[in-house]
Amino acid sequence: MDTRPRSFYVLAGFFALFLLFLYGPMISVLVLSFQGPEGGLVFPMNGVSTHWFDKLWQGGGQVEIGGALRRSLKLALLVMVLTVTISVLAGLAFRRRFRGATLLLYVAIASLIVPSIVVSLGIALEFRLIDDAIKAIGMDLGIEWIQNDFVSALGPFSSGLGAHLTWTLPFGLLIMFAVFNRFDPAYEEAARDLGATPWQTFRHVTLPMIAPFLIGVAVFGFTLSWDELARSSQVMGADNTLPMQLAAKTTTVTDPEIYALGTATTGGSILLVIMMFTLASLLQRRRQRG
Amino acid sequence: MSDAVEAIAEARETRASGRAPRRRARREGHGAAPYLQAAPMALVFLIFFVLPLAATIVVSFWQYTQYSIEPAFTFQNYGDVFYGCLRDLPDLCTTFVTYLSTLKFCLIVWACTLTIGFTVAYFLAFHVHTLKVQVIFFLLCTIPFWTSIVIRMISWIPLLGRNGLVNQTLVGMGVIDTPLEGLLYSDFSVVLALTHLYTLFMVVPIFNSLMRIDRALIEAARDSGASGLQTLTAVIIPLARPGILIGSIFVVTVVMGDFLTIGIMGGQQIASVGKVIQTQMQFLQFPLAAANAVILLAAVLAGVWALLRLVDIRKEL
Repeated sequence: MDTRPRSFYVLAGFFALFLLFLYGPMISVLVLSFQGPEGGLVFPMNGVSTHWFDKLWQGGGQVEIGGALRRSLKLALLVMVLTVTISVLAGLAFRRRFRGATLLLYVAIASLIVPSIVVSLGIALEFRLIDDAIKAIGMDLGIEWIQNDFVSALGPFSSGLGAHLTWTLPFGLLIMFAVFNRFDPAYEEAARDLGATPWQTFRHVTLPMIAPFLIGVAVFGFTLSWDELARSSQVMGADNTLPMQLAAKTTTVTDPEIYALGTATTGGSILLVIMMFTLASLLQRRRQRG
Repeated sequence: MSDAVEAIAEARETRASGRAPRRRARREGHGAAPYLQAAPMALVFLIFFVLPLAATIVVSFWQYTQYSIEPAFTFQNYGDVFYGCLRDLPDLCTTFVTYLSTLKFCLIVWACTLTIGFTVAYFLAFHVHTLKVQVIFFLLCTIPFWTSIVIRMISWIPLLGRNGLVNQTLVGMGVIDTPLEGLLYSDFSVVLALTHLYTLFMVVPIFNSLMRIDRALIEAARDSGASGLQTLTAVIIPLARPGILIGSIFVVTVVMGDFLTIGIMGGQQIASVGKVIQTQMQFLQFPLAAANAVILLAAVLAGVWALLRLVDIRKEL
């Protein structure tokens, strides 16, 4: 057994400090969310209770999250499904040559690099122009409901959904590249040689083999959308998502309810990640056995 | 940037074709399939990325009133953004001051994330020998990533606030008499929060590059009499350049366009380009905001270009 060099202990110490740096603030929020009813935003603890969680659950406190929470959840689930579907399709396309492949890759990477505020502004402007066009058409053709009821095409499930996809799809595509780079096409060839149609080959050979990685894409899609804030800022119309609601509250909140919310959402997303990865490893194991 | 993308595309294609030339030859016949498969992604990017950018550029030349925007072709908005910038030299105009402030955050955060990220990646790649421990350490680093960034920002309040843990400790130890005011809502807290949020994006690509280094090269350097520092600067860092580059591009572009972290951690008192755009949006000055966005975009692309000039990425991949 060789002895570790001194640099190992220095670097290990550095790594430990890094972990402390990452976790320290989170742990303080975790602890403070169990403040007693009289407790404030900072230490010391003033008793220990689940008072702030109860308050959060019952609603009516400083942090009103019901609508935003449901909206964010629906949006994140939709983004997740679309990200997986569109990324897999594009991943399949990129396995062959097609005109414009390099351009599409350029655009996908550019979508990661261009500042989120610019993307958000662009989509907001685009939808504003669309609104103006719809209103003009409504005027010209005398369409009643447009004149009376139409307000804006901006919304969480139109412009908001698109803004989130510009953020999740590049990650999805890059993951699919990594997956298909390590993919042995011999299995598909065997299926084809045995007379499987392209759909049967995909459904019974390709899909089961890439399924565990698709769960990774799904987790990425969900969490990136669930936490998205910068691109959402201008495109949600009159509605708010949960992170937007939270960001708006940071300057006004004066009690630990916001910490309780922080603990709850963190716990929720960690639980989701654990569940998804358990599912992925189960799928992987079943495939290896079968 | 084009070099980087092409290099990735080429590397991917050679890998794909090297593995399965037969498959490609056979599949070339199915003409429409890849186009149909790529169409949804292409459509999403067209509608929600390419057209919005085009709209931004077009609208940046439009006129606006208090309640509407009008098609036009005027450089007025750009003139307004740089109003007084040449006339007042050597005094700096607001726009230059804002960009300089943003650039300052960029450089500081880049230096911090690079130093910390490289050290952590180096430790994980060279001092942790089993894959299992590496995976566990990596998971430990990524768990905070699954938390909302707003929560990660406000979690500094109980530590750095006027009555926060740091001040309590320092006063308790007798180091200072009155609590420090500048810990929260200051340049310091902005840099701290940005470093906290984005160091992981440095660790991952650098770790990836370090793991690809042939360990025999390091042995060879040592056998040839290189000191530890010489091995690091002459062998390891040059070979880790692609990872350093990818991480740097990510961190620099994120900080350049940031308005949330600077807003929340700066107590809404520190200017940034992104925040200027956001404010102008709130006042419905869309053409002005669009002009600012175009300038920001140009600045970010210039930054990426400058980073790419530092290394020839084609040779490195």
